[in-house]
Amino acid sequence: MSKMGLFINYEYCTGCHACEVACKKHLNLEKGQFGMHVLQDGPRLLPDGKKWEYTYLPYPSHLCDMCADRTKEGRLPTCAHHCQGGVIEYGPLEELVKLAAEQPHSVIYALQ
Amino acid sequence: MPTYNPELYRKEKHWKEGEFDVYRNAHWSGPGCHEGCGLLWYVKDGKVDHIEGDPNDAFNRGRLCMRCLNMVDEGINNTEQRLKRPLKRVGKRGENKWEEISWDEAYSIIEEHVHDAWDTVGPLSIIVMEGTGRNVCWQVPLLGFSAFRTPQFSCGFLSGDSCYLPRCSSSVLIMGGPAVVDCGQFSQERYDHPEYEYPEVILSWGSNSLVSNKEALLGHWFIDCARNGGTKFLNVDTRVTWLSAHSEAYLQPRPGTDGALAMAMLNVIISEDLYDHEFVEKWCFGFDDLRECVKDWTPERAGEIAGCDPEDIKMIARIYATAKTAAFDWGVATDQNVNGMAQTHAFMIMEAITGNVDVPGGNYLAGGAFGVNAMCACGLDQFISKDLQDQRIGLDKYPMHQYGMVPTVVPDLLLEQIETGEPYPIKMLYMAGTNPIACMGAEAPRVVEALQKVPFVVIADLWMTPTAVAAADLVLPVAMSCERNSYREWYQPSRAMTKLTQYGECKSDEQILADLSIRLNGENVPWTNEKEMLEWVLAKDNAPITWEDLSKNPDGAWAFPGYRRYETGKLRGDGKPGFNTPTGLIELRSTMMEAMGYHDLPYFQEPPESPVTRPDLFEEYPLVCTSGKRHDEFFHSEHRNMPTMREFRPNPEVDIHPNDAEKYGIKHGDWVWIENHRGRCKQTANVTPTIKEGVVCADHGWWFPENDPAELYNVFDVNINNLTTQGVFGEAGYGAPYRTILCKVYKCTSENSKVTPNQIIVESLKK
Repeated sequence: MSKMGLFINYEYCTGCHACEVACKKHLNLEKGQFGMHVLQDGPRLLPDGKKWEYTYLPYPSHLCDMCADRTKEGRLPTCAHHCQGGVIEYGPLEELVKLAAEQPHSVIYALQ
Repeated sequence: MPTYNPELYRKEKHWKEGEFDVYRNAHWSGPGCHEGCGLLWYVKDGKVDHIEGDPNDAFNRGRLCMRCLNMVDEGINNTEQRLKRPLKRVGKRGENKWEEISWDEAYSIIEEHVHDAWDTVGPLSIIVMEGTGRNVCWQVPLLGFSAFRTPQFSCGFLSGDSCYLPRCSSSVLIMGGPAVVDCGQFSQERYDHPEYEYPEVILSWGSNSLVSNKEALLGHWFIDCARNGGTKFLNVDTRVTWLSAHSEAYLQPRPGTDGALAMAMLNVIISEDLYDHEFVEKWCFGFDDLRECVKDWTPERAGEIAGCDPEDIKMIARIYATAKTAAFDWGVATDQNVNGMAQTHAFMIMEAITGNVDVPGGNYLAGGAFGVNAMCACGLDQFISKDLQDQRIGLDKYPMHQYGMVPTVVPDLLLEQIETGEPYPIKMLYMAGTNPIACMGAEAPRVVEALQKVPFVVIADLWMTPTAVAAADLVLPVAMSCERNSYREWYQPSRAMTKLTQYGECKSDEQILADLSIRLNGENVPWTNEKEMLEWVLAKDNAPITWEDLSKNPDGAWAFPGYRRYETGKLRGDGKPGFNTPTGLIELRSTMMEAMGYHDLPYFQEPPESPVTRPDLFEEYPLVCTSGKRHDEFFHSEHRNMPTMREFRPNPEVDIHPNDAEKYGIKHGDWVWIENHRGRCKQTANVTPTIKEGVVCADHGWWFPENDPAELYNVFDVNINNLTTQGVFGEAGYGAPYRTILCKVYKCTSENSKVTPNQIIVESLKK
């Protein structure tokens, strides 16, 4: 069976924290602990003086098990289910590579 | 690729899944927002165990925000903080001493005071107040009309009715109603509707929609549009937000100067001949007057006023006007400005003369599925005589409150009347889902003092609030969404929410309305229980469907009336083509505004307190202060009691530019006093280049539920409304300068913090 992973199109991650809270509730994590954790670059003005780097990147920490119990039941990982921007996909790594080829500013996380 | 599993995410209202009963049901109550997203509720032993976003709900399609995801353990099942039984005050106001009583006793107390008000002064001495648009927004007015027989309805001391009402009222006059960004939300097929087109551009103006999720518009639909439809963004906001950072072009005006920018954009669109001649000739009224009125508004002139590059003004105007489909996204920031109605008039003109009204991917004239009045006028005509309606406070001075969309009293005049008792005293206030001294009550210290003059105050809420502690004589525990039978028709769909669980002795606002109206006015109300009352709400407007039917339909009922309805006659009661305005056209020059003696064309007016209008004040208070920005963690004054939300955002923040921070010796994270000639409050400094230099942007809605209730949870230490005004608003009675005041900012020290604003107010209330 293919190894599964998470694909994230961070061009459209708005930093709304939905994935983080969905994850915290699912894993019942205490304060300060995160499964999915949204990292941030900026906001900083780019050298042209007009455009901004203002980027969020959801990152699955070592606590992330890609919602093993949910996916066993046929559900999506809760971050992928609830992401407001719809930027998180769960699937076989080789399929995720195809998505990445079509969607610039994206990453694939191999977690297995 | 795995997607939502149809075997697990079913389409019926209810099914069994292992140990759980699963229900599809919308959420539309506190803690929450305006939206009414579809949720799956997993219920076990009469209690909500967990929730998920409902992938089959056409509104939110599975997604949820952090607040809803956090709602079960820290909201619904928050046994430590939720109110469970009615509470009667036993100490003095402010002491937080209560006695639990039965509902029957609570109702009897209310009845006694209502009869006393009726007998001594009359029904006009009773005021009902609600918070923002959730399931109090027809329930509270209808309670006033049907149970208390009063037409006096208001919004929690919101000066100038500065939220939604100004822009809605303006929209009614100019084009027959509010027109909102079309993300396909008016048909159940959404983006797949055969006539739908994505906006080529969305211009967001003072509206951070991704976070604010304003009335029935889920901000992340914009991301759907960008990802699936290639939509580009344009942005005007005094802060650089994620949305502006991802825009083709953006402007950062000084707060309150947006009107000048809008005039300049109209100037560019007309002088460069970028407007839709055919639409203007056929469907707009007053174009020549408009051309004349904007001809001197060059981008250079507006840029000078607003602190913006004229080239960027031109660029935004050009991109917007030349797009095949362009949508204009604006919100509450325009309402919180004395020039707000003129701004919104200019915005609507931009939509109109570029041919973007009621077309796919433009601004769609929004209405409910069946035209049921489930907003603030619900039941007004059925229960209140015309004569009594006309006696609402302020109507004689501000007639637009009669013609606007929402039949409120003029709130600033209500405050004055409470203070003076003239021309008659206010005997009773009933407030539901509103916490004015922590949230939208401008000049909040004055509001809390005025509240002390009202002999009887009832507050219906989920938990104790600063306002309840400071002013309530009776506190009623209110049910949350999953605990109530309710009805919503805020645009589409028309939907019933059904009761799944019960918490403590909580009752819904609907149940309270039904109970009190039967007890107080049983001979005149056409219902004998809550269900009949819900049926009446639909039946009064001849809805082709019953509440009972809707309660079995978790999708809600949709009825998309199509695009370009000005051609088909569907916008007007008489069935003729055109818009629902006196001329039948979009009124670039407003005949109604002219008739009322107001500006009939858009115009720019400096804020009453700005560097330009008050150079004397500006010398001492050299920063423009705006407030009210939204955060994902909170909805207005809610969610401060939820540890997970506070983990993400522990304290109130004021945005300040690095250059200003350096000038005033402030470091990121410092507690700072924000002060003007009316008062001060403290927040933590968020030193960020995203705020315009010379401007600070404070948080609103803060209190500390973890602190002492008898100290009012320290609400006045952090309340930006210590600095705002009452009694200052636009010519038509709408739009107060919440977002355009002056201030200075300095670091908190032990020396300058010996006596805090909260201590002063708490002490004064004790006297």
